[in-house]
Amino acid sequence: MAHPSIDSKSGFPVGVAPTLQVEDLKTCFFTKGGVATAVDSVSFTLNPGEIMGLVGESGSGKSMTGYSIVGLVDPPGEVVGGRILFQGQDLRQMDEESLRRLRGNRISMIFQDPMMTLNPVLRIDTQMIETVLAHDKVSHSAARERARDALARVGIPAPEERLRAYPHQFSGGMRQRVAIAIAMLNKPDLIIADEPTTALDVTIQAQILFEMQKLCRETGTALIWITHDLSVVAGLVDTVAVMYAGKLVETGPVRSVLENPLHPYTRSLIESLPSRNVRGRPLKQISGIAPSLLALPVGCAFRERCPAAGPACMEEPLKRELHKSTVRCWFPFTAQEVV
Amino acid sequence: MKTVEATHALLELRDVSKQFYKRPDIAQRMAIKLGFAAPPATVHAVDRASIKVFPGEVVGLVGESGCGKSTLGRVAVGLHAPTMGQRLWRGQDMAGMTANARRQAQLKLQMVFQDPYASLNPRLRVNQIVGEAAVAHGLVEAREQKSFVAHLLERVGLDPNVSQRFPHQFSGGQRARIGIARALALKSEFLVCDEAVAALDVSIQAQVINLFMQLRQELGLTYLFISHDLGVVRHISDRVVIMYLGRVVETADAQALFEHPNHPYTQALLAEAPTLVVKKKTFVAIRGEIPSPLNPPSGCHFHPRCPHAMARCSVEAPALRNIAAGHESACHLNDR
Repeated sequence: MAHPSIDSKSGFPVGVAPTLQVEDLKTCFFTKGGVATAVDSVSFTLNPGEIMGLVGESGSGKSMTGYSIVGLVDPPGEVVGGRILFQGQDLRQMDEESLRRLRGNRISMIFQDPMMTLNPVLRIDTQMIETVLAHDKVSHSAARERARDALARVGIPAPEERLRAYPHQFSGGMRQRVAIAIAMLNKPDLIIADEPTTALDVTIQAQILFEMQKLCRETGTALIWITHDLSVVAGLVDTVAVMYAGKLVETGPVRSVLENPLHPYTRSLIESLPSRNVRGRPLKQISGIAPSLLALPVGCAFRERCPAAGPACMEEPLKRELHKSTVRCWFPFTAQEVV
Repeated sequence: MKTVEATHALLELRDVSKQFYKRPDIAQRMAIKLGFAAPPATVHAVDRASIKVFPGEVVGLVGESGCGKSTLGRVAVGLHAPTMGQRLWRGQDMAGMTANARRQAQLKLQMVFQDPYASLNPRLRVNQIVGEAAVAHGLVEAREQKSFVAHLLERVGLDPNVSQRFPHQFSGGQRARIGIARALALKSEFLVCDEAVAALDVSIQAQVINLFMQLRQELGLTYLFISHDLGVVRHISDRVVIMYLGRVVETADAQALFEHPNHPYTQALLAEAPTLVVKKKTFVAIRGEIPSPLNPPSGCHFHPRCPHAMARCSVEAPALRNIAAGHESACHLNDR
């Protein structure tokens, strides 16, 4: 097979159909206090095997973006606009039955707390075999074999014995591995991982990042890694999307976003990390707090905390293509300023 | 920090151990006596740990969950009584002090807690949360409480007019500031900060770390800063203590520790801490899980996961010894 040509912008092969295309996704929460737009005009594309880091602070809408894609938004929230094309099919147009067939099979999700995935009163094998049989017509023993292989793949020692254990018999790191194994069971095309390593220790986190990266490389699974931690993203992902107050403010290849951030928010976020500051000196900080989604400032939502804000920011910034990134800002940092 | 070496440590924990065990009820006690049940398991949360904190110093206490760093912090501040070992305040054993002297020393030791939500009473106004203890201990008159609280709130960067509000009316970062104001209210000299910034967003975390450093300069505070975040610890600490499963495995000046980590566990911890450097790194993990403190491995606690483990490591626990000026490490590799 001839190698497909490589797209100069994304670094990914052209001609391969993207796994996921999100266009102008909008999710609102209709609360007593008013309408909060948790996800606002979010668009991105994810190719097979690509790992995207979705980064933002609490309340920025990063988890809601993930939930919106798999259709897990509960009232008073609702996906009100946009298209979610999974392998060309719009998930928003699908009926509940077709969605059920996709979820856990072609699309799976890993939650921050593995006990959200695992049923505490069922053994691991029951839960894993159920996941296989729900989507595949195979024998019980074949399903069990697949479960055992999946456990072995995420680095659980003695998988045959561990299959007969209950979730409480595992440590936190092990439980998260089981949750990841369940997500991988049916070799999905897309995994959405919502802060899966936040509650784990560094040494355990490193093991899980390693395994996820390997699995995506080997199986061509696309992965959305939702996190608040920019440094986790650095070694893992191909592209980064930074969210602020429901909007994607900057999207681009990981190298250019982290080394040459264009949006003032991304830049301030990176500069405020202790590792980017001289030891003992005051950290560069972002003043103020994130605005409430119910009372966003007029124009750019970051305006009031932004060091580069000007009169133009009273109007909402449009998306712009700059270098290899897409940025939503009137005054992005350009390469010249950086040099 | 040369000059302070000569003086007494502000707080010293000497060979402190803390064990937790469940007290068996009468039926269990009888069963144990008759040999039908095993005696209750003991958790060795802290195992003969010694730390010294000198006046004006910031000591970072680092370790993974379950390593006993929080327990050690609670022993330091007096929330747990140590099972064994001594707690010395300015060179004096606190157990041997008169009740009054001990209370006076105790007031100088305060704690900032991890969770800015759970550590503030939701039914009290900020005025009470911050000012109650100072009035109760006679540091300020009741009628001065309002201005006293206003002054403290200003000190931690809050609007003094918010003192009649309840905790739920504040954001996470503001609550962290209230927690700090409460710890400062007793004219404390020594703060134990237990993961005090871990629950905050990155942009707010920087603000709170800056506040800690500013207060240290203005008030000459001493901190024991407990954290699992190596970036934060590196930034604010003068000295760092690394713990693993209840034991101190390495302690050194922050710079020395981050540049020349000696203990294999410290090395692994530093290697695996995520950084912003973009490279396709293949995460090389240290093998295995953190063992349970209910049943810690024999010898060196780290030996089942250590890449350099020798036969001796599983038998003999290495002692913490000097390997360079102010740099101590507990590893048999240093004997060669």
